[in-house]
Amino acid sequence: MSGPGASPVAPNADALARDAARERRRLLGLSIPALVLVGLLLVLPVGWLFYLSVVEKDAYSLVHYERLVQEPAYVTILWNTVEVSVLVTLICVLLGYPLAYLLAQLPPRAANLGLIVVILPFWTALLVRTYAWLVLLQRRGLVNTLLVNLGLIADPIPLVHNMTGTVIGMTHILLPFLILPLYASMRAIDPDYVRAAASLGASPVRAFWQVFLPLSLPGLVAGLLLVFVLCLGFYVTPALLGGGKTYLVAMKIEQNVNTYFAWGASSSLAVVLLVSVGLIFVGLHRVLAIQRLFGVR
Amino acid sequence: MAASAPVPVSHVRRLWLYVWCGLVALFLVLPVLVVIPMSFSDTVYLEFPPRRWSLRNYRTFFGSVEWRDATWVSLRAAVLTTAAATVLGTAAAYGLAVTRWRWSRALQLLLVAPQMVPAILVAIGLFYVYARLELVNTMLGLVLAHTLLALPFVVVTVTAGLASFDMTQEMVARSLGASRVRAVLTVTLPQIRYSVISAALFAFITSLDEVVVALFLSGGENATLTRRMFSALRDQIDPTIAAISTLLIVISVGLVGLVQLLGRTRPAARSG
Amino acid sequence: MPASAASALPIEVRGVSKSYGPVTALDRVDLDVRSGEFITLLGPSGSGKTTLLLVLAGFIRPDAGSIRFGDEEMVRTPPHRRNVGMVFQNYALFPHMNVFGNIAYPLRLRGVAAAETARRVGWALELVQLAGFEGRRVDQLSGGQRQRVALARAIVFEPRVLLMDEPLSALDKKLRERMQIEIRHLHGALGMTTVYVTHDQREALTLSDRVAVIHEGRIVQVDAPERLYERPGTRFVADFVGESTFLPVRREGGGLTLHGRPLLLDGGPPAGDGPFFLMVRPEKLAVVPPGDADGMNCLDGTVKERVYQGESVLLYVTLADGTELAVRSPSRRETLAAVPEPGGRIRLGLHPADTVVVPEDRS
Repeated sequence: MSGPGASPVAPNADALARDAARERRRLLGLSIPALVLVGLLLVLPVGWLFYLSVVEKDAYSLVHYERLVQEPAYVTILWNTVEVSVLVTLICVLLGYPLAYLLAQLPPRAANLGLIVVILPFWTALLVRTYAWLVLLQRRGLVNTLLVNLGLIADPIPLVHNMTGTVIGMTHILLPFLILPLYASMRAIDPDYVRAAASLGASPVRAFWQVFLPLSLPGLVAGLLLVFVLCLGFYVTPALLGGGKTYLVAMKIEQNVNTYFAWGASSSLAVVLLVSVGLIFVGLHRVLAIQRLFGVR
Repeated sequence: MAASAPVPVSHVRRLWLYVWCGLVALFLVLPVLVVIPMSFSDTVYLEFPPRRWSLRNYRTFFGSVEWRDATWVSLRAAVLTTAAATVLGTAAAYGLAVTRWRWSRALQLLLVAPQMVPAILVAIGLFYVYARLELVNTMLGLVLAHTLLALPFVVVTVTAGLASFDMTQEMVARSLGASRVRAVLTVTLPQIRYSVISAALFAFITSLDEVVVALFLSGGENATLTRRMFSALRDQIDPTIAAISTLLIVISVGLVGLVQLLGRTRPAARSG
Repeated sequence: MPASAASALPIEVRGVSKSYGPVTALDRVDLDVRSGEFITLLGPSGSGKTTLLLVLAGFIRPDAGSIRFGDEEMVRTPPHRRNVGMVFQNYALFPHMNVFGNIAYPLRLRGVAAAETARRVGWALELVQLAGFEGRRVDQLSGGQRQRVALARAIVFEPRVLLMDEPLSALDKKLRERMQIEIRHLHGALGMTTVYVTHDQREALTLSDRVAVIHEGRIVQVDAPERLYERPGTRFVADFVGESTFLPVRREGGGLTLHGRPLLLDGGPPAGDGPFFLMVRPEKLAVVPPGDADGMNCLDGTVKERVYQGESVLLYVTLADGTELAVRSPSRRETLAAVPEPGGRIRLGLHPADTVVVPEDRS
């Protein structure tokens, strides 16, 4: 029988505790190489950037940050970046929400086939897609030719090497990032809710606006914040499609490093970008557990 | 969940939705598909549809020493990255999944962080550090950087695979006399092989298609394919790029298709 | 060839404790299992029975305690060196191997030669009545067959201890009862010390040499099935094993009283302060003709409801103080005739030998 006085107090307790600790160390040790890699190649360099941003000529100084708010060139860049990001995000929502909605209504098999339309560009290299738009949007490119042939315009319009081209390219690349999480969250909405609304007398339109849309909001917010974050730090597409006229934060960072070797200037921008992205992710975490977005349980 | 729309709405009333989505779908897919026939055009200015079909761009690509070298660099980097990321990522995913620790989830998030930080920041951070370690423009430096970027995909995929794996089987194997290592090798890994293979394929694609970090860290002899493409695109629209793009599309789509196919043919992970 | 009773090992558990944060799963558990015995750990979910089994297997490391198989201290030994056979609730067969591969797995780990392996696998399959099933794939087997393969796999390497965690819960009733008989026969043939976990008290009573009742991480009573059922040690055990109604009894003078009347008991009243309860099992009550009360403990009441249940009739009787009792009589002509209709008065008798008084659980 168990009970006080029936057995000596806690035999083997210390040894067992040591065994448990040793086993845990061994198992966690499996993740050490990966963690060391991330620590050395991500955490350390980013930390270094933070450091570089507050140092000027061997002394601590905030001059790099002051420049960001004082020099008009920098202010324009920051403002441009936010503008473009908001614009692209809005267009993505307009284009992506209906498609996600339609796919979520289909039976799973058909939806999987339909998703190919999203997955195909998603897994196509960034550079390839940017190049495709470079070709499509040029003066003698497909889009202009089509518009002229359809009689919508008289002469080819400049669609690339400017803001327009950048926005079009970024939208195309980031649209899957909105559609995929949005689709997943729409799929999870129990159709019984809409059925209940219908049985209570709501027209399909009202049922959508008053029941489905609110239920899909968390997924939508998650998707659009993700797109926004990706816009802020985007480099390749604006660099190639912007024709030098659109300067976004990422491009300025690159220019400061490669052309001017101005590490202080580029690192302060980098820190601003990183902190903005970080804050948005933290905000996103309240809407949708962020690890789920990236697949971690 | 829904086998059909919750509330039947006539297709006519939804026509505008179908049209809009059709346009969006075209927007998504057309640019990618259009590159393929364009690569077979004969003129310097790419046109669609090509007036004359020729393999000229492909010949230029395969004939050029620079392009071939760059391709070779990219492939080598991708293979090495795949090996490193798959091994490190799978081990980490297993270790964290099996340990009951309150920091496990935080560590998992840390391993996914490389994909959460904007690529330009990863690139310049590494550039700064590499410059001091003389790792710029080296294969080692590139592979390490790409492994960092591929880790999140591997960790996420393998963690998901482990979550749907019945750990009781590993327990049984150990009760029958297998040490944990033996049990993992003979029972667990064979059953999560689909996840591990998918993870490897994702790592491969990530490395092959990667641009931003390669821009900063690979150059000279070790310039990757994507880096050369980027430079070429900045200067002028070289039609050879259409051919390279087509090849990249085929590889990426082929690999992703392979992953989907593997997912369909694997037997359901039931133990009883 | 099979492990004879002589090579089976006794198990000695001392002071095993395990907590998960504020929750205590096992509280200084002591248990002695005789060599070759079939003992069942019985308890409700969350009682700690599976935790104790997993501690025996080595998958859960206790916070403190000692586990001995025979003379060897095992508590710090990793599971793969304990040489125990284990059968889980969900069979956990390896889907990427066929039946032969599954059963041969422990033999291959031990470096047994191919010919000997094949022979032993055949022997194990015969024992579980699946001779010839070597080539089958796991997904080709029915639930009962999978469980038998899991059993075969657990015994093929002749472990000296066998652990089973609710292996039959996933099977339907008829199959479960058949498998219970097979497990008994297997135990009889092989004689290995077996620890079995279940929440089904009927199963525990059917299969075991002894049953250990676990409640909130402590072993409350260990006894042979009959003694456990007839003489439970506490109210919890009486309530968990079989059905009962509990009527409070008071200590008065040198004995116990029920509803003011002295209670006739075989043997004296139990020790301690109480509170005490009379355990009334439905099948122990007899319908007594009015007036005839000699030597029996009597309860008077009114019949509330009469339910015919095939092999027995269940009566719900309301006593004078409002307590409701269940009475079960077998469907024999004499007993059916003696039962009044609902609304009628009835006198129930309890023989002193069947009169069992249990204390409230020790906390």
